[in-house]
Amino acid sequence: MQNDDVIEMKNITKRYPGVAALDNIQLQVKRGEVHALLGENGAGKSTLIKILAGAIHPDEGEIWIEGKAYSHLEPRLAMELGIGVIYQEFNLISYLTVANNIFLGNEPVKRGTIDEKTCYEECLKVFERLGLKLDPKAQVKTLSVAYQQLVEIAKAVSKNAKVLIMDEPTAALSGKEVDMLLDLVRKLREEGISIIYISHRLEELFEVADRVTVMRDGQYIETLDIEDCTRQKLISRMVGRKMGENYPQGKYGTEEVVLEARHLTNEKIQDISFQLHRGEILGLGGLVGAGRTETARAIFGADKALGEIYLEGKQVSIQRPGDAVKNGIAFITEDRKQQGLLMKLSIRENISISFLSRLRKGGVSLDLKRERELAEEYRSQLNIKTPSIEQLVSNLSGGNQQKVVLAKWLLTNSKVIIFDEPTRGIDVGVKFEIYQIMRDLAKQGISIIMISSDMPELLGVSDRILVMKEGKIVGELTGDEIRQENVMQYAVAD
Amino acid sequence: MKTKTDKKDLLRKYGIVLMLLALIIYFAFGSPYFLTGGNIVNVLRQSAVTGISAVGLTYVMLTGGIDLSIGAVIGLTAVIASSCMAKLGMSPILACFIALCAGVLIGLINGILINYVEIPPLIATLGVMTSVRGLCYILTGGLPVYGFPASFDVLGKGYVGFIPVPVIVMVLVLAIGWYVLNRTQYGRYLYAIGGSREASRLSGINVDRMILATYMIAGFLSALAGLVELSRLSSGQPAAGDGFEMNVITAVVLGGISVNGGEGKLSGVVVGIFIMSVLANGLVMMNVYEFYQQLIRGIVLIFAVGFDQLSKRKKSVKKTKGKAA
Repeated sequence: MQNDDVIEMKNITKRYPGVAALDNIQLQVKRGEVHALLGENGAGKSTLIKILAGAIHPDEGEIWIEGKAYSHLEPRLAMELGIGVIYQEFNLISYLTVANNIFLGNEPVKRGTIDEKTCYEECLKVFERLGLKLDPKAQVKTLSVAYQQLVEIAKAVSKNAKVLIMDEPTAALSGKEVDMLLDLVRKLREEGISIIYISHRLEELFEVADRVTVMRDGQYIETLDIEDCTRQKLISRMVGRKMGENYPQGKYGTEEVVLEARHLTNEKIQDISFQLHRGEILGLGGLVGAGRTETARAIFGADKALGEIYLEGKQVSIQRPGDAVKNGIAFITEDRKQQGLLMKLSIRENISISFLSRLRKGGVSLDLKRERELAEEYRSQLNIKTPSIEQLVSNLSGGNQQKVVLAKWLLTNSKVIIFDEPTRGIDVGVKFEIYQIMRDLAKQGISIIMISSDMPELLGVSDRILVMKEGKIVGELTGDEIRQENVMQYAVAD
Repeated sequence: MKTKTDKKDLLRKYGIVLMLLALIIYFAFGSPYFLTGGNIVNVLRQSAVTGISAVGLTYVMLTGGIDLSIGAVIGLTAVIASSCMAKLGMSPILACFIALCAGVLIGLINGILINYVEIPPLIATLGVMTSVRGLCYILTGGLPVYGFPASFDVLGKGYVGFIPVPVIVMVLVLAIGWYVLNRTQYGRYLYAIGGSREASRLSGINVDRMILATYMIAGFLSALAGLVELSRLSSGQPAAGDGFEMNVITAVVLGGISVNGGEGKLSGVVVGIFIMSVLANGLVMMNVYEFYQQLIRGIVLIFAVGFDQLSKRKKSVKKTKGKAA
């Protein structure tokens, strides 16, 4: 018997009509280890987690928890057994205080009312134990995403969680915040809490994980000690094929200026001026909150800004996104689901939405046949994996959704495409496909502005990098200067 | 497995149609006059005013909004058109034109309050509804206006063959309404905006303008409905259409238009309209006391929407499970 296994999942199989989401999966988590779960989107990680959380029942297999076998769990039972899940979407109530959130559902009660004092004291104890600097009386909505996440973790710990499952905990965090989170993870490990850690950012795994289990297409591939791993090795296990982590090369920027911003200024950005050349990929680096997205939004007309924008030498007036689209500027937002896609509409309808005025025949009605043809064309061109263009985009994986957004902007003949975190939440295989597409577009003479917090991506894809800090452009890097140290130096310089 | 989901989807999709059929069958057995040709024409005619204004409300609700001012606009158009004809001696065509313009103007006011003053649609149109109704009483001193040229009767009481003119107007409005919704850029934008306003804006859609247009269309169609009603009643009542928006909202919601916007079909709304008028007509035929009619209408709404929600919930549970990977 492996006594130090807190969780052992044996031969777990879960079938959905037509597919086996999980096929004979195994997972062993030791007490007090950080166990990373790695796999592309669709590999079955979420299904596995949901089984552990009791949200779904496996068709076959056993779940052993501290030496006891279960055929399946229920949410309540999982909680009682000490399994806590930190989902990507938080379950916090933003108008309540931190302490009230932590004790939500089991508030200390005195004479029929909530004993606020004990509540705060208990809360402070938990924070102290975890080394967190948080005010229990602060309203949750006043906290940043990173701190809300810490509250979520503290909440699970206060419920005596023995195993914490973290699903992409750093997806929305900036560099410093990531460090803070990783420190907490180490602290939890010292306390003997086991952590199942899911992240696409490999560097984090090397920093914090003890072991890693790789999954692919619902299959168990391998469990490795992190010390025996390299990036290349993990990536090749994950994608199941040898994949050079080489970014598509080629510098295609020309001297011709396509877009020029002069003195863009609003509440978030100050005096932003730069030039974008034809066929160039211009990276915007800097910390989260440095004003990169705000710069993009100002150029695209999504936010108001003072200043001037020139396109191919002519000044253009961009009051709203519609004006930008008419001028051939496209904006691929970071938040696909809220801002990039129309989740209730089909792939076809999403691809054509910005092109409808050119799909009118006889001035009024839409040419639905032409619309279908165009959508089909882009589906095959961009390799969007779907049984039909009539599928709702909400059914697609992140990578394919991103391709739909891209198709929308290619259809409008964009001259300038702004990518904001182009591969966030997208799995490795599709990531490189997207880089390749970006490079191909640049080759065709489209100019690209790419905002990225993923350092290897920023360095690997950009032809030139502008670094932003506190709403200003503070540095420019070209050629051999494009190195991580240089970016960071500008980004954090005093 | 596939056929099972299909069956459920089918039930969800056509549940409302089944409900309409069930009502028709029930009333057919309950009253020998219900399925006579004369009564069928009657039911259709009774649908007209609801049907015409329902198209506008459908558009508004697809964007995620609501329009409570429908009844008040019906009252205002009745008052304006009747005053223009009876007191100012205008021709029916000119009077109708002015009344329709008033409807569009009210829609424009709704749109401006919602878009630019950023008052939530429910509150904005509530305020407009109340003040427009007040205006109706002020304009008439609270008294009905009589005495129209005979030619104006055609709109509400006329026939082409055996088909009442209001029914023709309704069918035209529904047909154009369907075409606009399903075959034009504007129609597609309505669904897009209702699905996500921000994503629509960032796709280059001029969302403000679209919403403004939508409330103006709703105002226009309410005014048109008001004119049909005025012609049928032959008197301009300042209280005309009072509370009528609730009927229209019921029909549209029964028809499956999501209150959150972005979802639903006009064909469903047509069924919703007919459920409302079949119910009203059938209950009268069966001599159900009026207070009970109201009770039953409310229960039908709750049942229909409740059923829809429950089946949706089951479906979404399945969907999230199916997506888990």
